[in-house]
Amino acid sequence: MSGIRGTASIVGAFEHPGRKLPDMSVMQLHAEVALGAVADAGLTLADVDGLFTGRDAPGVGGLSVADHLGLRPRYMDSTESGGASPLYHVGHAAAAIAAGKCSVALITLAGKARSGPMGGTPPPEDPFETVFGTRPPMASYALAARRHMYEFGTTSEQLAMVKAAASQHAQHNPNAFLRKVLTVEDVIESPLVADPLHRGDCCVVTDGGGAIVLVSRDVARDLPRRGVTLLGHGEAPRHSAGGKVDVTVSGAAYAAPRAYAEAGITAADVDYASIYDSFTIAVIEQIEDLGFCAKGEGGRFVEDGGLVAPSGRLPFNTDGGGLCNNHPSNRGGMMKIIEAVRQLRAEAHPAVQVPDCEIGVVSGVGGDLAARMRSAVLVLGREDAA
Amino acid sequence: MSPARVFEVVAAPALATPVPEIAPELAEFWTATTEGRFLVRRCAACGEAHWYPRMVCPFCHSTDTGWEDASGRGTVYTFSVVRRGAGDYAAAPYVLAYVELAEGPRMMTNIVDCDVESVRVGQEVEVVFHRASADAALPRFRPVTA
Repeated sequence: MSGIRGTASIVGAFEHPGRKLPDMSVMQLHAEVALGAVADAGLTLADVDGLFTGRDAPGVGGLSVADHLGLRPRYMDSTESGGASPLYHVGHAAAAIAAGKCSVALITLAGKARSGPMGGTPPPEDPFETVFGTRPPMASYALAARRHMYEFGTTSEQLAMVKAAASQHAQHNPNAFLRKVLTVEDVIESPLVADPLHRGDCCVVTDGGGAIVLVSRDVARDLPRRGVTLLGHGEAPRHSAGGKVDVTVSGAAYAAPRAYAEAGITAADVDYASIYDSFTIAVIEQIEDLGFCAKGEGGRFVEDGGLVAPSGRLPFNTDGGGLCNNHPSNRGGMMKIIEAVRQLRAEAHPAVQVPDCEIGVVSGVGGDLAARMRSAVLVLGREDAA
Repeated sequence: MSPARVFEVVAAPALATPVPEIAPELAEFWTATTEGRFLVRRCAACGEAHWYPRMVCPFCHSTDTGWEDASGRGTVYTFSVVRRGAGDYAAAPYVLAYVELAEGPRMMTNIVDCDVESVRVGQEVEVVFHRASADAALPRFRPVTA
């Protein structure tokens, strides 16, 4: 099968009757049109598993809409193309439906060009979060770390072991921003920036960038370089859940099972993992959520060189990761994919190359671990996989 | 419903108090803060209180939600002493926290009126309002003294 012809139907449509709405926020408008459209379809918001929004939606990439409406979509897209955005969203939603990525897609558009301020409105959570000083990114991750320690006995030393492992890898990377091998003591003796996180628990701040090219298998066959096969993808938000927030769990807890199911693997099959490492606590939580150990066991998992390549339980971030190598634009996702490609092409540094590396997992975290974030998980295979 | 409790509204708090953007449908909430009253939003359909306040219940998606006066009491779910502030909060340290309200929801806030080193998970706290403008005060929390 190819194309979207006949794969999807528009079953609900709703135009808001208002034309001048000074007494309503933009997010409330998104909520009202969403409710109107699902009601027209004979569905409820609980049925929605795909969410498509443009720049008119307050917040980043639809996440605030998902949070506001209490949605947990397994597929989201926020392609921005001005006034034509909803048409893109229909096409992209149909492709997602055809691929089995979602089955009920909600596409919203709303705004207050007549009675609202120019330049859009801040997301509805701002007056309940940013006013309290949530802006420094480490503050949010510190809230997650504190709770993880309280519930599971995770220690600052265990967090520091994540950094120390990354630094073991970075020493072999001539381009790494931080090449110095760090000890656990180096990290916990660095200044506290937001208790319980130390400066050493944070990623580097760097300039730079990266890019990848993804092609069909037909195109791949005719190219000279070893390809890396995409085996699975899963994604999920983990938002504030109307106040039932659990800061010890990342969206990877929901995204990873989707990616593994599509790839036909389990965590036990994974040879190498690129794990988003803006802060050490993010790595601990993802290790658990990716199924490498039980929830709460992440701290113990990283002890005794558990993350150190090539012989640790789970060789991770062999370029040195965001913690030591590179975190350009304060976005680590691209670097995570690129190092997994190096591993699966057997082109990582010989000191950290995982022998016979066949299956790699890439886990990305976007947003903040305390209030709302989204996870995406990719399963990648060596050229001969699948 | 029990009579509304009224909490202190501090006119000139020491901690930075940024002015919140007031969504039109939340005007009643913010007006109440200036009077020392703490409102939470509860769904009549499923019975759950939620945070931050909104018109659509994030649990059952009913629009049958309304305000109620909250107890103002809660416990610290997690916190951080932020020592490297930014923007309005450049004057660190300050305590950023999630407080779990007696009504159930967890909300982002600050813990104030205590030594920043003394805050603990599970600590009992009570709301205090810090005036940000004529139209709004921020709900912060301070330890309950025995």
